[in-house]
Amino acid sequence: MRITTTVNGARREVDDVWEGESLLYVLRERMGLPGSKNACEQGECGSCTVYLDGILVCSCLVAAGQVCDRDIVTVEGLSDQQGLHPVQQAFIDCGAVQCGFCTPGLVVTAHGLLARTEHPTDPEIREALAGNLCRCTGYEKILDAVRLAADRLADTPAGSAGRLR
Amino acid sequence: MDFLQPRSWSEALEAKAAHPDAVPIAGGTDVMVELNFDHHRPAFLLDLTRIEELETWSFDNGRVRLGAGVTYSRVIDELGRLLPGLAMASRTVGSPQIRNRGTVGGNLGAASPAGDAHPALLAAEADVELASVRGTRRLPLTEFYTGVKRNALAPDELIAAILITPPSGPQQFCKIGTRNAMVISVSAFGLALHPERKAVGTGIGSAAPTPRRAYEAENFLAQALDAAGLWETRATMPPELAREFGNYVRSAASPIDDVRGTASYRSHSLAVMARRSLSWAWDDYRRAA
Ligand SMILES: Cc1cc2nc3c(=O)[nH]c(=O)nc-3n(C[C@H](O)[C@H](O)[C@H](O)COP(=O)(O)OP(=O)(O)OC[C@H]3O[C@@H](n4cnc5c(N)ncnc54)[C@H](O)[C@@H]3O)c2cc1C
Ligand code: FES
Ligand code: FES
Repeated sequence: MRITTTVNGARREVDDVWEGESLLYVLRERMGLPGSKNACEQGECGSCTVYLDGILVCSCLVAAGQVCDRDIVTVEGLSDQQGLHPVQQAFIDCGAVQCGFCTPGLVVTAHGLLARTEHPTDPEIREALAGNLCRCTGYEKILDAVRLAADRLADTPAGSAGRLR
Repeated sequence: MDFLQPRSWSEALEAKAAHPDAVPIAGGTDVMVELNFDHHRPAFLLDLTRIEELETWSFDNGRVRLGAGVTYSRVIDELGRLLPGLAMASRTVGSPQIRNRGTVGGNLGAASPAGDAHPALLAAEADVELASVRGTRRLPLTEFYTGVKRNALAPDELIAAILITPPSGPQQFCKIGTRNAMVISVSAFGLALHPERKAVGTGIGSAAPTPRRAYEAENFLAQALDAAGLWETRATMPPELAREFGNYVRSAASPIDDVRGTASYRSHSLAVMARRSLSWAWDDYRRAA
């Protein structure tokens, strides 16, 4: 089937998609967007997290046919001409990236948290990240990165909302 | 495989009648796992995410009519006060990403004995509304579960909605698992006190072939509260009453050993959860006076 949808603000069209394949497969194998990672294909790890119509979902659990005419934002869509998004920069600055496999999913998930909550508490951060696994178990640094990103976003003139899509 | 994407409820029912073997897909959090792992290659997928009616909730003769396609996240955000037991259960489902996508209707469709919505809905004495081109029927949830991962849906039917009476008393939900997020319950328990009817509702999860109510426990507790005048006085719950309630709940289960836990642990944990959730609910009831 043909899939026409919006990804990172651009209209995308792909043909010959198998109806039962996942959005994750479509992104990685058909649209050349390998940022979203495939680690479990069963919703357990969160490394495939993307925005679907503004809501965080596991792209491995969305059927390709379900995304026609929807609005998808992947990790590739978070940075812009000026460079990395503050959430991404905070992950680097805090040493929250080891092998990096979980990072795209965590960045998108943290982005989603900070878009809703300017200064999340530690329990709120833990709860928000509960669906993202890091095999390198760098969770302490990951929590540091989210706190740092929250602080930096709050310091930008427009506040956190201004720096987030 | 064909992908059917009806835009309206009547189109969906026609599609299901024309292709009874079509597999409905809502949030996909059960269906896509099966597809990704090639456990199942259905001839048709019937996408239900374009049907607005399914994603709305409304009032129906004093009850909440919850469209089958309402997600757990929305139950938590929008219905915490009206459906407290279901909202508590929803908070324990998977992770934020799973709750953003997974639906209560999908939990019923999958009919897993471990589904977390079931104990809460059973305790609240919910009904389910099933529809086909032949018409609509409503049945008590207790009649919906027919076996392990089996339900009363006819091949041409879809789940339209769940009907739940907003509570007149406190509700609780407990679940045992190995961590706080992303766990399939080892055992689960839902409780509702219905003071206006002097009745008690229960739901047991993961400890029998289907989710089920513990009728004897309900009757025992309702009568004991009545006999002691506790519905009126709201006096302290006698600890032995809560303990005995737990024992009745335990006897209502018929658990098995599996990778997540042993039958005896399931029985034990159910008795504990029943006792504790009763004392929490009773505290709520006393505070509400
Ligand atoms: C990582 C992960 C964690 C999970 N954790 C939990 C948990 O903690 N607790 C829990 O209870 N579940 C859990 N689940 C299972 C799942 O999320 C739930 O069962 C959820 O409610 C399914 O809803 P859905 O909309 O995604 O269903 P889908 O996958 O779309 O469908 C599920 C079933 O219902 C059928 N169906 C869906 N809608 C209808 C309808 N309107 N009419 C008829 N049939 C229909 C489908 O054909 C399918 O058989 C988890 C799943 C994953 C992947
Ligand atoms: S790949 Fe989607 S959650 Fe793991
Ligand atoms: S950095 Fe390796 S999995 Fe998280």
